[in-house]
Amino acid sequence: MQAARLTPLLSLAGLLSLWVVAAVLTDDAQILPKPWQLGPLFLQEAGSGELWSHLLATIIRVLWAFGLAMTLGTLLGLIMGRSPRTNAWLDPWLVVFLNLPALVLIVLCYLWIGLTEAAAIIAVTLNKVPNVAVVIREGARALDPDLDAMAQVYKMPWLSRMRHVIFPQLAPFIAAAARSGVAVIWKIVLVVEFLGRSSGIGFQIHLYFQLFDVAMVLVYAFSFICVMLLVEWLLLQPFERSTRRWRTA
Amino acid sequence: MIEVNIESKAFGSTPVLGPIRFGVRAGETVALTGPSGIGKSTVLRILAGIDEQFEGTITRPDEVAFVFQEPTLLPWRSVLKNILVPHPRLTPQQGHEALKSVGLEDKAEFFPNQLSLGQQRRLSLARAFARTPELLIMDEPFVSLDAETADEMMRLTEKLIVAHQPAALFVTHDRREAERLADRVILLEHKPTGAEIARDGNEVTAAEIDGVGPG
Repeated sequence: MQAARLTPLLSLAGLLSLWVVAAVLTDDAQILPKPWQLGPLFLQEAGSGELWSHLLATIIRVLWAFGLAMTLGTLLGLIMGRSPRTNAWLDPWLVVFLNLPALVLIVLCYLWIGLTEAAAIIAVTLNKVPNVAVVIREGARALDPDLDAMAQVYKMPWLSRMRHVIFPQLAPFIAAAARSGVAVIWKIVLVVEFLGRSSGIGFQIHLYFQLFDVAMVLVYAFSFICVMLLVEWLLLQPFERSTRRWRTA
Repeated sequence: MIEVNIESKAFGSTPVLGPIRFGVRAGETVALTGPSGIGKSTVLRILAGIDEQFEGTITRPDEVAFVFQEPTLLPWRSVLKNILVPHPRLTPQQGHEALKSVGLEDKAEFFPNQLSLGQQRRLSLARAFARTPELLIMDEPFVSLDAETADEMMRLTEKLIVAHQPAALFVTHDRREAERLADRVILLEHKPTGAEIARDGNEVTAAEIDGVGPG
């Protein structure tokens, strides 16, 4: 038990050691700084408020894109999973969008809509909607027809049916889509910021890329990784646990 | 009064039901029997309004309750919520009373998977009777229960039917169930154009019910 808990820590320590070894061998802080050299830079950026304002800009974009992608993807997946006719019509679209590189969608959105906040969020949302829809469609196909019949016989209102019959069955699929969604969305948001925004972690990475400042690139990247780990531990994992509560009762 | 007037029902090009006409009066309990796969459950689903793809007409009241072959509960909601969610107009007090009527009053906060199969069936029965149904439909409600639990469930069903006096229709392959619960037995038989009623009334014999075998 103890060993199982120690394994991830040891594994991370291994990764850190690898970094230290590589940094020592490179012996050039401009190319690969040592981990402890990032500390003062982090404090400097946090102290000036720069880090927080860019972090906030990225978080807001992630939240918007995540909310939209989850809502639209869930609706689309539910409809496609429930109606074979709609699925037959929309499935080819889904395949096209699934295979469209993220970069192409981002560039097209910027070209068509302009270098605006809306274009950035739409580009990220469009990248993620098909993935969410595919996962939720599987969930919708696996819905229990007997529970549907029960809800119909007892004339449960639409909202109640959604809340008590449909969504609890979809919850594991929604949790899976949300988890992979967050992971993918924040990475695409960085690309969107890199290409056409003047704020956010992606913008800062672009800036320090041009200045060839690896240390600052790492400071901003790690700051956001920490935020995403907090989201994982404080939001996603508790949500998953709550959807599984009845199974383990 | 419940009126079933099915002209025909098909799945794709396969006819399942031919002309089937019968009525069930309030307070009357009717057993529907016939060979396995003949379409008894389809008749129930049409009567309940779950299946609307058929030729014919159905007269049924507003308050319909269905006891499915499986308990068909919401596993993610508590036992009490399994009564209150399908019947939002019931107060929690009435929900507790419904649980009490089937002996589950101390399980209100449990989840269904913490109950035995027999208890889950009783919960499904409590849900059916929670709002005094005018029409009660049961699809082999005692199948796959051991003899003792089946007997207990039948006793409970009898008690609730007497108390609420619904028009009741249930599918069974078991002569004892039919004899014990039903005022009348309807026997279905295969015809090339779909199932039809072979016999309807008190004169359906035990041997005829036994003849259809378990389904």
